[in-house]
Amino acid sequence: MAENKNGINRRHFLRDGLWAACLTGLGGTAGFLSKKTNAQNTVWQIDPEICVACGNCATYCVQEESAVKCVHAYAVCGYCRICFGFFGPEPHDINEGAENQLCPTGAIKRTFVEDPYYQYTIDEPLCMGCGKCVKGCNTFGNGSLFLQVRHDRCLNCNECSIAAACPSGAFKRVPADKPYLLKRVDRA
Amino acid sequence: MIRFAYIIIGTAVLLLWFPQSGGPSGIASVPTVGERFPPPDFESGYELPSPTTPAPRQSVYEYVDTVVLFAALALSSYLVLRTRSRRAILALCVFSLFYFGFWRKGCVCPIGAIQNIALSIFDRDYAVPIAVMLFFLLPLVFTLFFGRTFCAAVCPLGAIQDLVVLRPVSVPEWLESGLRLFAYVYLAAAVMFAATGSAFIICRYDPFISFFHLSGSLNMLILGACFLFVGIFIGRPYCRFVCPYGVILRQLSRISKWQVAITPDECIKCRLCEDSCPFGAIRAPTADWPAYDYNKSKKRLAFLILLLPVLVLSCGWIGSRLRPVTSRVHATVRLADQIYLEETGQAEETTDASAAFRATGKEIKVLYAEVEDIQAGFGLGGWLSGGFVGLVIALKLIGLSCRRRRTDYEADRAGCLACGRCFEYCPKEHAKLKEAKQAIGES
Repeated sequence: MAENKNGINRRHFLRDGLWAACLTGLGGTAGFLSKKTNAQNTVWQIDPEICVACGNCATYCVQEESAVKCVHAYAVCGYCRICFGFFGPEPHDINEGAENQLCPTGAIKRTFVEDPYYQYTIDEPLCMGCGKCVKGCNTFGNGSLFLQVRHDRCLNCNECSIAAACPSGAFKRVPADKPYLLKRVDRA
Repeated sequence: MIRFAYIIIGTAVLLLWFPQSGGPSGIASVPTVGERFPPPDFESGYELPSPTTPAPRQSVYEYVDTVVLFAALALSSYLVLRTRSRRAILALCVFSLFYFGFWRKGCVCPIGAIQNIALSIFDRDYAVPIAVMLFFLLPLVFTLFFGRTFCAAVCPLGAIQDLVVLRPVSVPEWLESGLRLFAYVYLAAAVMFAATGSAFIICRYDPFISFFHLSGSLNMLILGACFLFVGIFIGRPYCRFVCPYGVILRQLSRISKWQVAITPDECIKCRLCEDSCPFGAIRAPTADWPAYDYNKSKKRLAFLILLLPVLVLSCGWIGSRLRPVTSRVHATVRLADQIYLEETGQAEETTDASAAFRATGKEIKVLYAEVEDIQAGFGLGGWLSGGFVGLVIALKLIGLSCRRRRTDYEADRAGCLACGRCFEYCPKEHAKLKEAKQAIGES
């Protein structure tokens, strides 16, 4: 190896050159990506229009109690006396008895408002995000019940395991300042 | 030369991937709903409640995390190179484990950020958050300056393994290199699956994330426990044989400006540090080359250099032939397979996915065309990632047949995780410490 008096040899020269090239490369990558960066972080959310309420949300979340829960858009609700999100198929009676309910955990509360309207409220700590009520409400009702990722519970994993198991591709990354895709009705 | 080629290919694989389109757009849309039962006009003065929307963790915390990462990297580098205190490094290790691991739940980490970067390069619709980009780049830049100080005390995955190294046994060099090949394959696969928008496999198969979450699937908990158990005897198995970020850091660490030195002074070849490294990263001085070996080695080297393109092409070919298997990681490809089976009457029952697809009323032809695009991506991805693995193998072989002269006991630039365990084995270190103590006593 040719060594000169300054103590610079070929190996050192190559190493320094390569070092500078790598640093430039990293800078270049940063520059290239900065065109496509988002100042904001993203969070996971379910598009209720695509969701088929398959029930995977209840089981695939990395947390034991899923971060996905049912949300009720009251403005969309018909306040029906007989709600297909609340009552199981062929209920014994039209009242709040446990045997009549569709929800496996009894997470929907039915309260009387005025004749003939009833309000349905999700008791969130009880809801496990199975989507049974969502399916019922979408099939026969207005579709005011839908599943959403609750961000007070979501760990925002880099790869969401529910998203990986979602059969309809309803899970998407949304900007953190618009973290919910809520159903709404446009009224004139 | 070897590291030269490694890095060039590494960046080439990262940069040359063709742009992939598709994937969900991240913009919030507000859907409207058709009403079967018109909402009632209440007469009792009932007011509509509105659904609660608990906010996600504030974005400002992402920057706090980045600042903490920067501070931890700086402190780690200082502790490794200046303070040379194993105890302080260990303390930082525990802090990182609790902050990045248990407090931040291990997400986002630089290892997983590889995939976000790959996805944002190849997917037009995905913009990588700035915090994630910094998480990816900061440790790389620090490694270029100070060696693998990120691995030493900042990475929570490294930290959790570092704490269980109790009875380390040495792994023979051939086995170590052979097993390490897996990490390169893993890196190539992770970049391919991320770039095609299929999956983030590094996150999916992160063995320690379920510990950080304190919950998770049974399989992953068992895998994590296995890694920790093996880690009692084989120091940091994930870092050495699996970590895809680690192999990038290896190459950058080879040319870092500063490096961990076992001795603070001149090596006296006392051999005391020889067995101190639980990760097998201490290199002994080399003996002289026997003269008779020389010609044979030259021929072998020439052969290996000729073998390089053959290996690259054949591994690339294998990679592209694996397309039917690898492309099934993509959900759309799986869906198209299922639809095909249903259409041809080979599958009687529909799946959730195929039912959901049919409910959208999308044409099957469109789906098949989409899948063709995705599969073309996997074909090219297979060539590139296979070629990358072939190149790694070829360069490793070439590296084995080049010998360098080493006169002292040195930390292997690439393999050293900068944990600082060897420091206290050096008698020169003790002499220095004694001097320093005396100096303090006198003043």
